[in-house]
Amino acid sequence: MTAASIPLDGMVHYDLGTIDRIPPGEGQTFLVAGREIAVFRARGTDEVYATQARCPHKAGLLADGIVGDGKVICPLHSNKFDLATGAPLGNACQSLTTYRTEISHDRRVLLWLSAAAGWSGST
Amino acid sequence: MMQAESELFAGPDRQRLVVIGNGMVGARFVEELIARGGNDRYDIVMFGDEPTGNYNRILLSGILAGSHDVEDTYINPLEWYEDNGITLHAGVRVTAVDRDAKLVRGDMGIIEPYDVLVFATGSSPFVPPLKGLSSHGTEMKEGLFAFRTLDDCDRMIGFVPKATRAAVIGGGLLGLEAARGLLERGLEVHVVHLRSHLMEMQLDAPAGHLLKATLEGMGVRVHLDKQTSEVLGEHRVEGLVFADGTTLPCEMVVVSAGIRPNVSLALDCGLMVERGIVVTDELRCPGDASVFAIGECAQHRGQLYGLVAPLWEQAKVLADRLAGRIPDASYTGSRVSTKLKVMGIDLAVMGDQDPADASDEVVTYSEPARGIYKKLIVRDGRLGGAILLGDASAAPVLLQAFDRGTELPDNRAELLFQLAAAEGVTGIADMPSSAQICNCNGVSKGALVAAVEAGHCTLKSLCDATRAGMGCGACKAQVQQVLELAAGDRMQTDPSVHYYVPGVPLNKADLVTAVRERGLRSVSSVFAALAGGHEDPGSKAGLASLLRTIWGKEYDDERDARFINDRVHANVQKDGTYSVIPRIFGGVTTAEELRRIADVAQKYGVPMVKITGGQRIDLVGVRKEQLPEMWRELGMPSGHAYTKSFRTCKTCLGSEFCRYGVGDSTTLGVQIERRYQGLETPAKLKLATAGCPRNCSEATTKDVGAVAIEGGKWEVYVGGAAGAHVRKGDVLVVVDSHEAVLTYMGRFMQYYREQAKYLERTYDFVPRMGIETLRSILVDDSEGLCARLDEAIDAAVDAYFDPWQEAVAPVHPSQFADALEPVGAGSAS
Repeated sequence: MTAASIPLDGMVHYDLGTIDRIPPGEGQTFLVAGREIAVFRARGTDEVYATQARCPHKAGLLADGIVGDGKVICPLHSNKFDLATGAPLGNACQSLTTYRTEISHDRRVLLWLSAAAGWSGST
Repeated sequence: MMQAESELFAGPDRQRLVVIGNGMVGARFVEELIARGGNDRYDIVMFGDEPTGNYNRILLSGILAGSHDVEDTYINPLEWYEDNGITLHAGVRVTAVDRDAKLVRGDMGIIEPYDVLVFATGSSPFVPPLKGLSSHGTEMKEGLFAFRTLDDCDRMIGFVPKATRAAVIGGGLLGLEAARGLLERGLEVHVVHLRSHLMEMQLDAPAGHLLKATLEGMGVRVHLDKQTSEVLGEHRVEGLVFADGTTLPCEMVVVSAGIRPNVSLALDCGLMVERGIVVTDELRCPGDASVFAIGECAQHRGQLYGLVAPLWEQAKVLADRLAGRIPDASYTGSRVSTKLKVMGIDLAVMGDQDPADASDEVVTYSEPARGIYKKLIVRDGRLGGAILLGDASAAPVLLQAFDRGTELPDNRAELLFQLAAAEGVTGIADMPSSAQICNCNGVSKGALVAAVEAGHCTLKSLCDATRAGMGCGACKAQVQQVLELAAGDRMQTDPSVHYYVPGVPLNKADLVTAVRERGLRSVSSVFAALAGGHEDPGSKAGLASLLRTIWGKEYDDERDARFINDRVHANVQKDGTYSVIPRIFGGVTTAEELRRIADVAQKYGVPMVKITGGQRIDLVGVRKEQLPEMWRELGMPSGHAYTKSFRTCKTCLGSEFCRYGVGDSTTLGVQIERRYQGLETPAKLKLATAGCPRNCSEATTKDVGAVAIEGGKWEVYVGGAAGAHVRKGDVLVVVDSHEAVLTYMGRFMQYYREQAKYLERTYDFVPRMGIETLRSILVDDSEGLCARLDEAIDAAVDAYFDPWQEAVAPVHPSQFADALEPVGAGSAS
């Protein structure tokens, strides 16, 4: 694991490599600082979203879900979530924790995490 | 954090309100309180021992029966609590209440002080003290269930495939609902009831007997006057023993022997408890001015209530009182009436079942052949009670007469027949606008009409807007009638029920035409052309299946449109691992193949090696990353045990070895599986061939099957099933060669691919089309389609390739990656 340096605002960013590591319209689980994070790439627009890796319902791997229209459907029991806000759609699960992402000029996916021990998401 | 904030803003009058219980009543109370401005007065804290928001328990039987989704039952998701500033301790059990210190203590050291405390602890299923409930004195025996929570429901559904016969202990309302669900899921169901007639809480003896006859007609076995004494089986349920010495072998037992109010917390903190927590007309616990109780746990004027309407009335009265709207609001008891469906049979009951004394007049009508029974108790010219079974069309009028205590017409038959005969729209039209249509959510005819005026002109949008029909759903037919009456020409049906997938507004035929005409070869191009660019994720897999069937090799395969199973060619398990099932054609294998399978299983430490029902071998519990290497080392093609396609062709030994065989079922089965392996279909296809009518391979209950009969002939069956639904297939045709079997099977499969709805199994498709129609099209060629169908299936067979070849050439470097790591980290941006 690469060591992370800490910028002034208390956030660390991780370089997840180029966007091509994630197939278009799919998700991929990443192991970042010992924690699982799901990263999704929208088809066409190449927008990227990051959320907690597992469904709050029965821990299904969300990166294996079907993605579209800014939403993901969990592969285990079809619970749906909004990728930008993490909000559950039509189910009573807790919201997903979401994380800030960015695409660099050279098409790299950057993931921003709080450097604090609390490790809280952006929502 | 939230606590600190609320304390900060708390004015001198601000109080802490703690509610124990987040069920249908506790949450309803808080909802009513907030609607009355309760947030200005209270910081609200709730405890619920289930981990979810709150849900509609009445609909659990619908989930069990498969007619409702879990989503239909949610009332308030967790966000609702947050949005309304409520602190919800979900999944936290309250362990003690300290009334001196005014503290509630929960699991995990949670402590909440209160100024006002409300018990809404509800009730729990009563499990009678039977012998053998648990295995080795600890957990409940496998196969034994209570029926109360979403979780119970989930576990029951999961267990159904392991059982063929279920016994439901308790013939009350809930027990019969459980029986219905299990019957719908294909089990043989026995209802075991202690009393001499069913539903004795709601029905008199004649109605109970009539209901029994109707249920038996539906296939339920009913045992009355039967006391269960023991559950048999060491680790899992094997049967029941009754007090009269008889036994009933079964693999599943559902205990539904009534409910008991949850009173132990109240008892422990010294409140007055009899059968329930005693409350006054203020819904207050005597002796403590700050503690209240509502719902199934509360005992008011000696009475416990178990139906939702009176309990929600309590919630409303307490909300009026605590919000200060009506400070002297009081609850004086409810006249209990209910209208519901028991196993699809209409039932309405109100008031007394039997006359109180000789001056009460009893009017009955009974028509056993149609399962209809009606009974009125008339007291001083007014309705004292009624039972309507099998035909509840008179219920709205009677409920009104009962609720308002209006004088009845002298000709009592008018009540039962004339108004009922006028029925439907007229009955609804005659009702005043104050008449309550939905008794669960208290929606009046007037409120429905107003919503229709406001533009809610489909049943779905009307129900969503008013919450009518969102409780038990029994009033939906009446809501529909109000809609028809109020909307007239403006009424619309919700067109989405006819769409092939929810995200593209076209039925299957129109969608296929549009796809062909515009040459749409990828899922994203369909969304772009036909759905305004909205890539509805719930529609992708259905579209992918359709496009592959239409375009074959020309299909532009975007992998993100596939369900995960189809991306990695393996079946995802509940822990995120996968199963590997190599193809074993016709269930015929060799020592060498078995040795290879064994070697791979051993090398990769496969947690379970399982012989499947489809005559092959399942290696379960494999990590995604291991899949390609295992496939390579197996050197066998995919068995497609994870996808909507041709799965397997099971065979019996047949004439080659079996002394009864009249046809060579193994050779035929291997031929079928070699030809049609992996063929993409709207839902999975399981096949079998049997070498004689003894049908050892169960070919008559497969999606497609062939059975050898004397004289060198084969019967080709279609539309059979032996899963959740059991259906004997229909004979499509009788032929005299293996080649002809292959041709007709292929022709049927292609027609099914083109005509069936996504996920529609053949056991639904064949009865929907009708076997006569299918014979005429596929055998007599009445529509001139056969040649084209045969060509199309040939093309589909030609387009087959083994997806496990992707082990050598993955479509994407991350295809089988469990998790990737970052390539770097830093602070610059």
